[in-house]
Amino acid sequence: MNTGIMLSGADNIDFMIHGVFSYSFFGHEVWITTSHICILIVLITICTFMYLAGRAMKNAKEVPTGFQNVVELIVEKLDGMVDSTMGANGKNFKNYIGTIFIFILFSNISGLLGLRPPTADYGVTLPLGLITFTLVFINKLRYQKVSGFIKGLCDPWPIWAPINIIGDIAVPISLSLRLFANVLSGTVMMALIYGLLSKIAIIWPAALHVYFDLFSGAIQTYVFCMLTMTYLSDAMTVSE
Amino acid sequence: MEFNTNFVLGCSAIGAGLAVIAGIGPGVGQGIAAGHAAAAVGRNPGAKGDVTGTMLLGQAVAETTGLYGLLVAMLLLFVKPLAK
Repeated sequence: MNTGIMLSGADNIDFMIHGVFSYSFFGHEVWITTSHICILIVLITICTFMYLAGRAMKNAKEVPTGFQNVVELIVEKLDGMVDSTMGANGKNFKNYIGTIFIFILFSNISGLLGLRPPTADYGVTLPLGLITFTLVFINKLRYQKVSGFIKGLCDPWPIWAPINIIGDIAVPISLSLRLFANVLSGTVMMALIYGLLSKIAIIWPAALHVYFDLFSGAIQTYVFCMLTMTYLSDAMTVSE
Repeated sequence: MEFNTNFVLGCSAIGAGLAVIAGIGPGVGQGIAAGHAAAAVGRNPGAKGDVTGTMLLGQAVAETTGLYGLLVAMLLLFVKPLAK
């Protein structure tokens, strides 16, 4: 098949992204890959959940029962996480943090269901990092004004400005690479186990799934959101 | 100078093996973080939740350098940039 996207490994070890079909987009060849399909499945799952949650909250009862309880618990936990990290600054960012938390969490644990996790594709995590970077940049300009921004670049002396700029640019790269490499390493490990030990991989890989998909995925989701919030509240604090 | 493709692939494999030696650093760092967290919980068992959260966050950040090594190894093994 398309050798540009499908990169070769051993015959029965397969953790690469495959192209499904290609089409011509203004003369460029554009591939629809398995990442797109997995992300679509994840989004449909989230949208279904969202629709059900919205319907449950529309006819909400005074004493919550069943599904309403679960939805309220999730929202309370996410709001509490933003509040405890960002304090008063976090009021406007609860939506963003909650959204990326739910999206990354669902993406990471989709490996349990036999999908290739969408976050194991650098094309998915880099935009997430860039959104955070843009938010940090805009809020820095809004709260510290241009003078504070330039002062921050020339800290402690103007000669340090290139190093500070490199430090700023490294933020989205390290954020996205951390998430990508963690999820990819889990995917590769599971592919190696199923590919090389296919004769004896009967029930015990379930324990590894708990570690690589559930534990590692949840930790990385938490870390991504925590770092986003830390960078944001750093940008919004006006230094004297 | 022209090299045989197999020779380049073999050297790539050796390079990939050398790249994942980067895992030593995060291993030591995460161990130190976990040790200090255990000491902190021993001193103040009431703060177990906070200490665990901070430890996991710090460990995940410290892990990054090791993951860069892993990425270099993966690129060398599967993308084979040198054997093109």
